[in-house]
Amino acid sequence: MPTQSLLPVLPEIILLAAACTILLVDAFLPDARRHVGFWLAQLTLLVGAWVTLTTFDPEPALALSALVVDDMLADLLKFFSYFAVSLMLFYSRGYLAARGLFRGETFVLTLFTLLGMMVMISANSFLTLYLGLELQALSLYAMVAMHRRSNDASEAAMKYFVLGALASGMLLYGMSMVYGATGSLDIQRIAEAVLRGSDNRVILTFGLVFIVSGIAFKLGAAPYHMWVPDVYHGAPTAVTLLIGTAPKLAAFAFILRLLGVALAGLEFDWQGMLMVLSLLSMILGNVIAIAQTNVKRMLAYSTIANMGFMLLGFLAANLNGYSAAMFYVVAYVLTSLASFGVVMLLSREGFEADLLEDFRGLNQRSPWWAFIMLLVMFSLAGIPPTVGFYAKFAVLEAAVAAGFTWLAVVAVLASLVGAFYYLRIVKLMYFDDATDTEPIAARLDNRVLLSANGLALLLFGILPQPLMGLCVIALLQSGFD
Amino acid sequence: MVPYLSLAIWVPIVAGLLVLAVGRDRDPGAARWIALFGALAGLLVTLPLWLHFDNGTAKMQFVEFADWVPRFDIHYFLGVDGISMLFVLLNSLMTVLVVWAGWEVIRERVAQYMAAFLIQSGLINGAFAALDAILFYAFFEAMLIPMYLIIGVWGGPNRVYAAVKFFLYTLLGSLLMLVGFIYLYNVSGTFSLLDWHLVPLALDVQILLFIAFFLSFAVKVPMWPVHTWLPDAHVEAPTGGSVILAAITLKIGAYGFVRFILPILPDASRYLSGFVITLSLVAVVYIGFVALMQGDMKKLIAYSSISHMGFVTLGFFLFSQLGIEGGLVQMISHGFVSAAMFLCVGVMYDRMHSRQIADYGGVVNTMPKFAAFMMLFAMANSGLPATSGFVGEFLVILAAVKVNFWLGFLAATTLILGAAYTLWMYKRVIFGAIANDHVRQLTDLGRREFWLLAALAALVLAMGVYPKPFVDVMHATVADLLAHVAQSKL
Repeated sequence: MPTQSLLPVLPEIILLAAACTILLVDAFLPDARRHVGFWLAQLTLLVGAWVTLTTFDPEPALALSALVVDDMLADLLKFFSYFAVSLMLFYSRGYLAARGLFRGETFVLTLFTLLGMMVMISANSFLTLYLGLELQALSLYAMVAMHRRSNDASEAAMKYFVLGALASGMLLYGMSMVYGATGSLDIQRIAEAVLRGSDNRVILTFGLVFIVSGIAFKLGAAPYHMWVPDVYHGAPTAVTLLIGTAPKLAAFAFILRLLGVALAGLEFDWQGMLMVLSLLSMILGNVIAIAQTNVKRMLAYSTIANMGFMLLGFLAANLNGYSAAMFYVVAYVLTSLASFGVVMLLSREGFEADLLEDFRGLNQRSPWWAFIMLLVMFSLAGIPPTVGFYAKFAVLEAAVAAGFTWLAVVAVLASLVGAFYYLRIVKLMYFDDATDTEPIAARLDNRVLLSANGLALLLFGILPQPLMGLCVIALLQSGFD
Repeated sequence: MVPYLSLAIWVPIVAGLLVLAVGRDRDPGAARWIALFGALAGLLVTLPLWLHFDNGTAKMQFVEFADWVPRFDIHYFLGVDGISMLFVLLNSLMTVLVVWAGWEVIRERVAQYMAAFLIQSGLINGAFAALDAILFYAFFEAMLIPMYLIIGVWGGPNRVYAAVKFFLYTLLGSLLMLVGFIYLYNVSGTFSLLDWHLVPLALDVQILLFIAFFLSFAVKVPMWPVHTWLPDAHVEAPTGGSVILAAITLKIGAYGFVRFILPILPDASRYLSGFVITLSLVAVVYIGFVALMQGDMKKLIAYSSISHMGFVTLGFFLFSQLGIEGGLVQMISHGFVSAAMFLCVGVMYDRMHSRQIADYGGVVNTMPKFAAFMMLFAMANSGLPATSGFVGEFLVILAAVKVNFWLGFLAATTLILGAAYTLWMYKRVIFGAIANDHVRQLTDLGRREFWLLAALAALVLAMGVYPKPFVDVMHATVADLLAHVAQSKL
């Protein structure tokens, strides 16, 4: 149903216009009024969410000569992305202000990152997919380096940029091979060509290898994970929060459209590759995380392990697996938001609160935040009644149903190792005495949202059906069955 | 109809949350009273389960059924039969006792302490009442969280090690079980335990599932050689934690054998019964000797628990009415006796801050009332007739002798070993001349401690003299279970 209407890309247009406006407005604002930019960014997200909701149509719609598609999957993921970015801005307001980063550039770059993610989510062609990815990545490179005087941040930005550029190159190389083999950049047409069984199978498989490598780089799956800990560690926590949350939603859409749709015909080839990535990520991520003393690094390795789990659902290569992986990503993003949210809540001027030691005796200082962090840790470890349990359960079910029972066994053993370091944070918070007696101060909106975020982990852990059902419906409506 | 089982689960949990919300560290009184009322209310709502229970049927009673996660066909499916009903009651009763036992002893973070026990109580009731595998799993895992905190926050000097070991050990087993559950779901299309009882499974599949389930429940029981977390956990846990661990959480492991392993995997159970019986006998005999050598009272009782639980698993895998009923009776009796023993050690520890047998001697001179109570419990722990400890052990030995004389003989050594380690400890701690000045200054039981132990003493004696009401509840269910296990599922 090709249409010339611009309605499907309206949210992106609004976002672009708003980002440019904020950039202009900010130039005329005195330092004391920086919060205007902040609220404008929040307003943009609200309007974006509202437009996405009001223009919602369960039927997929193509726009801009079929370069982008607006299906229910895209709408749902975009909606979650607005939400994640909005929370990120709320959580990091105090943190940014204390470090002189509460500026227009931050909001503009954040919105551009979001725009890149939305383009990725809606992409229906390799070209759009790549453009979205680069827009997102370039904005993030800049954001990581934003803290100019920090050596760690500069190093992280450099690493991120060099490795990210390498990954983009690999991805592009793989895409060009697929283009060569199928003669098209359009995802649907590639899918048809691959399913028809072209004669260029070798080139296709060769291209697939590069594409999967590129994806693994972007996702931070082992053995392409080297940048993740350094970037998570070096970047300002607010930026780490951004990198660790919404982009995972976009990455899910990215993999789904590349492998699940365009190259669905090569299922047996990429299943094997994802299996290796998934296994290595789960084992490496969980084992190395044990040795970390920095929370941000630990959470970075935990991300690697979690992406391995997500791929575990994905490699089932059916609706059951995709919806499990999608639920996993959404649950992970929700948990991740709360985890970095707490880290930033504990930080203050000149104090990052990013060492494990900084969590010592949190239960004495504030039982409530200790409890929220407890929920986060048990959710990451996959212990009921938190949402992390159902996320792990769903991907394990998908893997077993697809006949990979042994993978599921390895996965649970890896998550047992993972439980060890998550428990350590709980141990520090509850079993040890506090050494830091500084009161925990934060804005009311931050506290309310972070509390709601933490309790949502419990709520969706007890009643996971709405979210799970939504993932299934979105995928069904978007043509997966 | 009143949803008694839901009440049994949610009343303590809500009470626990209330305690957390109301309790303040400066004024622990409110937290204590709310916790006590919450625990009593939790016990009260379980009484109808006993009163309205129909002994004549093996069917699930008080069934509640509702959709929970339709995406995976998971239901909020509760029900109890003759096996599980008594444990819901036992657990609710023990919760009242531990709340009361921690009344003055716990001075730091009282609200969190009480709340942890109440929430755990609800979760444990849930595990006993759940008839949906994932619902069971959710309760089974979630109950690790409060216990982890109880050991780690209010425990002894080596509490961190013990808490982490406890958590990871149990998690290891249960994660493999989760994969087993998912596998069964893929075979049968449901998570309902009752449907799983009827699913045909090939022997090799049954054996793999057996390994996954067995690991989970054997760790929880705990069976030799995966028992090493228990002595650590018991020694480091506060008295209340030890009581719940010994009296209730161990029982969930044994309960798993009769609810999951025997009926779902009957062929593998028969095929591997020799293996389980061997492990059980090792626990009974070898761990009995290990208990003999302990210098720490809590450790001694912990090993004695492992030895007694070996009796339970032994009884289950003899596949006879006597054996299974004996095992179940032993579970309940051990719930009373081990709780009482840990409370006794707690009473002494609160005064002396030592659990070493060598630090005591002649306690009877300063604490006569206490010595009398502990005498009774020590006797019950060694299986003296007319105490509850005798009934279960006798039934299991009887069943074992029917199968094979030497099996019964080895099992019966527990009567000697149990008496040896318990009474020898009793002699060294209680009798003799006053060993040192600390013992000389001991004060006898306070009112709270007296009634706490008196309640348990009454239960131990009642069950020892007249076990019929307990056994009657089980008859129909156990007979049905045996008939079911006798049928091959191949």
